[in-house]
Amino acid sequence: MTSLFAAVTTETPVDTPIRRITVTVNGKQHTLDVEPRLLLAHLIRQGLELTGTHTGCDTTHCGACTVLIDGSPVKSCTMFAVQVDGHEVTTVEGLASASGLHPIQEGFRDEHGLQCGFCTPGMMLTAKALLDENPDPTEDEVRWALSGNLCRCTGYQNIVKSVLVAAARLRAKDNVEEDEAP
Amino acid sequence: MYPARFSYEAPETIEAAVELLGGARGEARVLAGGQSLVPMMKLRFASPETLIDINNIPGLAYHGADPDGTYRIGALCRHVDLEKDGDLGTLQPTMAAAAPLIADPIVRMRGTVVGSLCHADPQGDWASVMGALGGSVVAQGPNGRRSIPCVDFVDGPFQNVLEPDELAIEAFVPAPVGTRAGGYLKLERRVGDFATVGVAVSVEFSGTQVTRAGIGLTGVGASTICAGAAAEMLVGEELNGDNIARAAGHAAEMSQPRSDHRGSEAYKRHIVATFVTRILSSLQRTTQEVA
Ligand SMILES: Cc1cc2nc3c(=O)[nH]c(=O)nc-3n(C[C@H](O)[C@H](O)[C@H](O)COP(=O)(O)OP(=O)(O)OC[C@H]3O[C@@H](n4cnc5c(N)ncnc54)[C@H](O)[C@@H]3O)c2cc1C
Ligand code: FES
Ligand code: FES
Repeated sequence: MTSLFAAVTTETPVDTPIRRITVTVNGKQHTLDVEPRLLLAHLIRQGLELTGTHTGCDTTHCGACTVLIDGSPVKSCTMFAVQVDGHEVTTVEGLASASGLHPIQEGFRDEHGLQCGFCTPGMMLTAKALLDENPDPTEDEVRWALSGNLCRCTGYQNIVKSVLVAAARLRAKDNVEEDEAP
Repeated sequence: MYPARFSYEAPETIEAAVELLGGARGEARVLAGGQSLVPMMKLRFASPETLIDINNIPGLAYHGADPDGTYRIGALCRHVDLEKDGDLGTLQPTMAAAAPLIADPIVRMRGTVVGSLCHADPQGDWASVMGALGGSVVAQGPNGRRSIPCVDFVDGPFQNVLEPDELAIEAFVPAPVGTRAGGYLKLERRVGDFATVGVAVSVEFSGTQVTRAGIGLTGVGASTICAGAAAEMLVGEELNGDNIARAAGHAAEMSQPRSDHRGSEAYKRHIVATFVTRILSSLQRTTQEVA
């Protein structure tokens, strides 16, 4: 059990209400004591030291802080850590597996879907939620799904291309797995 | 940005939530999608002593029609639930047109329709949609439930008429008289922006004759404008170029836009008339094709 008072303030008054939560982050279960006002983004970044989740605007506009909760994208700067009690969180660190990068990550690398990389974790997680639901999206559907994630570098063209390439590779991979199934 | 300290409650029944609200004597806030409240708490525009998270109350995420045609939206129905409902276009065309235009896709995953109504943002889209549809909010307090028509639900910017110990549990729209048609058009500068102008139109037809009509306007006044008078001009008539132009002109007169960075007063009025005309003309075409 980790105490996360420090994520909010160095001095915690005695009467500060604390809640114990259990949350699974990238497949690993954590039991944590948190102050209710601790934002999910801060739990992830400071508390769990998963700094792949970025905070950009801190006002619910940019989507850089996007994580998946039970598979759905959420802006983690706009949710309290206590709210994920009993839920599953996926951050960008949860995309790659022991066997290598996730096809979405490969897509972004191969198609130059990033420049500074600040928006990238949020873009990739939003893209993952899209492709889980719709494995064969049109370009318009990709643009629509990503319209809550801002990028100040790429002009979006290569991000959209990256997602479409990743979608095609994921479909190809699924077909191979189906063929190989006994 | 950190909100001020608060204590957190996550009741699992409506009754427990109402009791907690009562016990907090006005110092509590309900947390639904959090897409308006959390940003306000971070900016310390809101600093409740207690936050009552209703997300763990089962059975509030519904939306759909009763056998008698009354359409109900539970307090935890998210914008995305409506956006992804393929049947909504037939049952509630005005809502179906508005849902994908609220905020951005990620905000729509969590934000709720009822939370939007409670938030009472003069720029909010759902208030004009529900106003045009003649909808109401159902509140539950310690002494039971009451329905409040959406047009009376808001009594100022960011202010609703709920008592401190009342929870909004659903919004509903009465059954249509005849067939329901309608639309929502929104002018925004970019995805996720609030409306420069938003226009909600709802029309019920018996054959080609209008039996009931409503118009709601977003972003063109200090609060949502219910342009009922403009819509009522159409009742009893078949839609035609003349009465559409009259209704559009009247709605534009009823709007109270202010010049700002989103556009001049005259421009916004012009958009109101244009949007009313566009929606009604498309309804005219479809009803007359069917007839
Ligand atoms: C970037 C961004 C863009 C947006 N753009 C738009 C837009 O274009 N159009 C638009 O209409 N909205 C927009 N919104 C607001 C969004 O629609 C919110 O989802 C909505 O306003 C509030 O719903 P919520 O469920 O998140 O409510 P919350 O934030 O949880 O609550 C809002 C308020 O309502 C109260 N409340 C909520 N539920 C209840 C209840 N059941 N009973 C009593 N009180 C309750 C809360 O106490 C709080 O005061 C935007 C938000 C963001 C962050
Ligand atoms: S940091 Fe959360 S939306 Fe920008
Ligand atoms: S790559 Fe720099 S913000 Fe998107």
